[in-house]
This record gives sequence, structure tokens and C-alpha cells, in this order.
Amino acid sequence: MKKILILGAGTAGTMMANHLNHEVEKKEWEINIIDHRQEHYYQPGYLFLPFDIYEPEDIVKPIKDFIPKGVNLINEKALKILPLEKMVQMVNGDQLHYDILIIATGCNIAPEEIPGMKGSEWHQSVFDFYTFEGSLALRNAMRDFKGGKLVVHITEMPIKCPVAPLEFAFLADSYFKHKKMRDKVEITYVTPLSGAFTKPKATEALSHLLDEKNILQINDFGIKKIDNEQKKMIDYEGREVAFDLLVTVPTNKGDALMENSGMGDDLNFIPTNKATLQSLHYPEVFVLGDASNIPASKAGSVAHFEAEILTENILHYIKNEPLKESFDGHANCFIETGNGKALLIDFNYTHEPVEGSFPFPGIGPLRLLKESRMNHMGKLAFRWIYWHMLLKGTHIPFVSTAMQEEGKHF
Amino acid sequence: MDKTISGKTIQVNEEGYLTNFSEWDKDIALAISQEEHIEELGPKHWKIIEYLQDQFKQEIPLSIRKIGKSGVVDIEEFYALFPQGPLKKATKIAGIPKPASCI
Repeated sequence: MKKILILGAGTAGTMMANHLNHEVEKKEWEINIIDHRQEHYYQPGYLFLPFDIYEPEDIVKPIKDFIPKGVNLINEKALKILPLEKMVQMVNGDQLHYDILIIATGCNIAPEEIPGMKGSEWHQSVFDFYTFEGSLALRNAMRDFKGGKLVVHITEMPIKCPVAPLEFAFLADSYFKHKKMRDKVEITYVTPLSGAFTKPKATEALSHLLDEKNILQINDFGIKKIDNEQKKMIDYEGREVAFDLLVTVPTNKGDALMENSGMGDDLNFIPTNKATLQSLHYPEVFVLGDASNIPASKAGSVAHFEAEILTENILHYIKNEPLKESFDGHANCFIETGNGKALLIDFNYTHEPVEGSFPFPGIGPLRLLKESRMNHMGKLAFRWIYWHMLLKGTHIPFVSTAMQEEGKHF
Repeated sequence: MDKTISGKTIQVNEEGYLTNFSEWDKDIALAISQEEHIEELGPKHWKIIEYLQDQFKQEIPLSIRKIGKSGVVDIEEFYALFPQGPLKKATKIAGIPKPASCI
């Protein structure tokens, strides 16, 4: 019996387990998925938890509920990958051989990368919202916030879901308006980028929204350290930003397993072919989702499109056929803009987000790069789609794996 | 689009980054650095420019963090040499694309 081993049962790994369970000949192949955790978190929910839009129970379910019967879930922690031996060494001493390895270990925050970030103010007045614990602690701090300087901050790129910090700033504006204390809160958006987003047309639209919502913007801020006593961030050019409540997105890094295994770059992301999703160093290793170094957004929608292509490529690999170079970097993201509205962006490696209609060219019903209630409903509906369709690998109707150019105003 | 700089016509994108690295030379670098308000390019500037071009040729993605760990320059000095967005300025002067520090 040959073995497929999937590392990580998050969004990407779970989708892959479901796809392969349908597609692979079970008489020849055994599929195992490794994850030491018990719970699957709906990570887009971390954005809503601090604003009391979702409750904790809305975003947590057992991992095992989403792994199909034909796939064996190994609830243990991996210690090291031995790519030359095609083996994964486990913390409990087991050694698991593989013929095909799919790495879907995601990425995590690393606040310890910035001096003072994980200091005495961590989860007191300095918060992340990229972990369940951080998001929940932030909810409590937001409930108690009496006013002052709220700073929303990105440490360095790349980060998971690059629009999330902007959404946080927009939702904070809306939240404090609703609490009738917006005049007591100064909101500042601080980024290492030269504008609100990485792509020009979206930056223009999003900067306009920041202005409209009276959110101040500080660009090109390369944070050096956080002074916990004075409650301020200091950058490499000596600029200072004071805060009463800091919501930061720390440096994002791939799993420490890559460091142990010598398979990652300096942020533990795995060098991966951006069109085939095969490791650049080991032909039997494939990388899916946030764990890779490909220049696409680290987001669930990207992992979803990747999973469809990777499934085909695994089947090609099994049959000794050439891999398809078909992943185009497609991402599709709702951006919450507050007051019950959202934007939608759809883009890939070569085409930046622009205005247009989605998914039906010229019809919609969703509008690209424009605020609407319909887009917001789409974002809320997505939680249901996530649990019931996306994780199970069901194709989402009308949304193509490769980005469609029709209906877009380039 | 075309741009005439230090007596030569070169191809640049809308942000002023060279689109054809083979058109780059040291005079162009000096002229761009003036436009970016960097008065003089000292030996350390040139060392960084060489390093960036070398990484570009090897298709290695650039980041400030990586440059800080390269042994060529530390992050603080990098900011001092190319103030206000060192990576985007240094890559422009080096004639290579603006890093798609993404996404």
C-alpha cells in the first residue's frame, strides 16, 4: 500500500483530504492526515469576535467532524520531516513513511520577532486578532475601552489575509459609532506599505474609505520596537506612534517544523512552484495554502482554488504524467467596510483587483471594488459555505478556479 | 514608457522603475538617486545595490528582513542610507523591479 501523508488539518489540509478521498484509488493508496490539535477554527471569524458580531461557539468545531471516513486522522504532533528518507518523525517516536507528502501547516504570528511586542502590555493594551485567544482577549478590551488612541498596525509582509487589518479599522469605526463614542476614539492605520493595500486600484478605493471614516493613515512605518512603559511604537527612522489600544498583526511565520526540517526560508515558508504547487526541492512533496512562499495571498479562498488544482496534479504525479502549470494566484475576498456593507475583490498573479461584476459578467449580482449590502451578506453567508461546502471540497457554483477576466474593467 | 535620464533613453513603468535591467548603468543609478533625494552614493550604497541586483538575477524575493540578515547591511543602517522606504528606493536605483512584498 502506498501512502499519502497530509500535514495539517486546517482549511487547506482538510479540503485536500476530502478531494483526495474522492479521487484516489483506495486499493493502492492509504491517506493519512496529521494534526495534534482537536479543534478547527473558522479563522475569518477572528475578525468578527472582537466586535461581538460572532460568539466563540460560532467559529469552533471538532477537526474530526470534517475528515472523511476514508482518511485516517493521526492526532499526534510531527517533530521533523526527513525529505531524503521520505519520512516524518513524530514527537511520540513514531516514524511515518510517505510516497507523497502534502504540507498544509499554515502560518502563525510571531510577536517575539519585534522587541517589546510580547512585553508587559501583551494582551493588556497590545493585542493580536490572528489567534482565538488574542481575538477573544481583544473583545473584552474593546468592550471596556473608554476612548483614546486606537492604533491598527501591520508589522511586516507577508501576512495572512492582508485585508483583515483594514477591515478591523473599518469595523472599529462602525463599532464605536454604534456605541456613540466615536468622537472619543482616534483611529490610526499604520502600515509598512506605501499605501492602504498592495495593488494600486484597490489602494485608491480603500484610502478613500479610510478618509471618509476619519481613520488616520501612517505609511512606510518599519517598526523597530514597542516601548511598553510609554505605550508607543518606534520605527527605524525614529518616528513614534503612541497608543492606548494597539491592535497589531505581528510578523507571520510558517510552522517551526520547517525550521527543524531545513525546508523553509527565513520566515519558514517553503519554496514552492507557484504554478504547480510542487516543492522546488523534492518532487514528491507538495505545498498548499499559507505554508508556501508563492506570491499569492495567504487566504482560505486561495487555498480553495489551489486545492482543486493540486488534486489534479497529485493524480498526474501518481500516473507519472507531467504536472499542470495552472495555478494563477486566484484570490477572492470580501472586505468588510462597516455599517453592514462590504467590498469584494477578485484578482490573481497578473491582474490587480478592479471594478466590475461577479460572478456573472455584466450582471453580478455582486459588484467588485464597490461597497454594498449584498457583498456584506455574501461575507456572512460565507461562514455557512465554509463549514458545509468549502471544507468538504464541494465545488462552489459559478466561481471558477482560474480567475475570469470577463466582466472586469481593467 | 520612455524616460530620458543622464543623456540616455530608458524604459520605465509608471512608478519610474526600470522595466529592462540591461539598460541600467551607474550614471542612471546616480541620476535616479538624485531624484530620490539621496545626495551621494557611497561605497556602502553600491555594495547594497550590487547585492540587490545579485538577488534579482537569482530570482530571490527581496524583503527588508532578508537584507538585514544578509550581512551586507543591518536594518538601521539601511534606513539611514536610503531614508523613507529603503527597499523601494534602493531597488529603483538598482534598476530592478519594486519588490512585490505582496499581496
